[in-house]
Amino acid sequence: MTHLGYVAVAYAATFLTVAGLVLWVWLDGRARRRDLAILEAAGIRRRSAGEAQ
Amino acid sequence: MNEQSLAIRKFSDLANPTRFLALSGAVWPWMAAATALFFAVGLYLCFATVGDYQQGETVRIMYVHVPAAWLSMMCYSVMAISALGTLVWRHPLADVSAKTAAPIGACFTFIALVTGSLWGKPMWGTWWVWDARLTSVFVLFLMYLGLIALNRAVDDPARAAKVGAILILVGFVNIPIIKFSVDWWNTLHQPASVIRLDGPAIDPEFLRPLLVMAIAFTLLFFTLHVLAMRNEILRRRVATLRRLAARSAGRGASGPATAGRGEGHP
Repeated sequence: MTHLGYVAVAYAATFLTVAGLVLWVWLDGRARRRDLAILEAAGIRRRSAGEAQ
Repeated sequence: MNEQSLAIRKFSDLANPTRFLALSGAVWPWMAAATALFFAVGLYLCFATVGDYQQGETVRIMYVHVPAAWLSMMCYSVMAISALGTLVWRHPLADVSAKTAAPIGACFTFIALVTGSLWGKPMWGTWWVWDARLTSVFVLFLMYLGLIALNRAVDDPARAAKVGAILILVGFVNIPIIKFSVDWWNTLHQPASVIRLDGPAIDPEFLRPLLVMAIAFTLLFFTLHVLAMRNEILRRRVATLRRLAARSAGRGASGPATAGRGEGHP
């Protein structure tokens, strides 16, 4: 492998790892917000949220 | 909740998860934008600067390897401070912080190991040696994986937090070992060349992209950490609400005769 090849593989590995991390955080957040929305639609709310209204 | 009660006046007000969600919700888009900006400038500088007269093009691996390695240690330090927060001040967000930092730290350590290996092959002639610096960073990677496994194995967040915090603090002994391993033992890895008492021993041509990339990686870490903490708070809310729903459903179905038994459960 040429020197530039090592550089390319290093940057690609970094990009893939960071992209995977960002994707995981984003999808996790979306799934949790959906869970909360489903619970709320079923009429299950936090006590503090109920008091404020 | 009205606007007044969400205002943050003291640092300790952050202990309230609802306030944390409100503040972090307003701040994270700015953090993400700053991260993208620093990465854009940093990556441009990474490839716009000249190669090293001895290392040639491979010097560019340094611009991702060194920031990732710094961040792998900073992330563990953040977790150690959070562990103190859990054990000493019983800060309600401390264990959320420690738990969510572990996967991010593992990723940065993984990047440092992989890019270091890809730099070692052309420069040292080997992918890997079991010397002090490389081995101690590998141990750090294993510790991150162990802490992730522990958090997943224990169902009760409060119990996982306590055991995890003690493990984090015991493992912190590895951080100075990593930092000084290049001075204390013979190793293929070079000693520190940026953070030194006599100033950086590295040309400004290479230092500039390195520092911009270090800031970009640091911003990336804090953005992801804040977002992961928000996710974890929401996850715990969902768990609490489901427990609440299951309890009230059980009470509604079986009538008041068995309600007392349901209440008795912790």
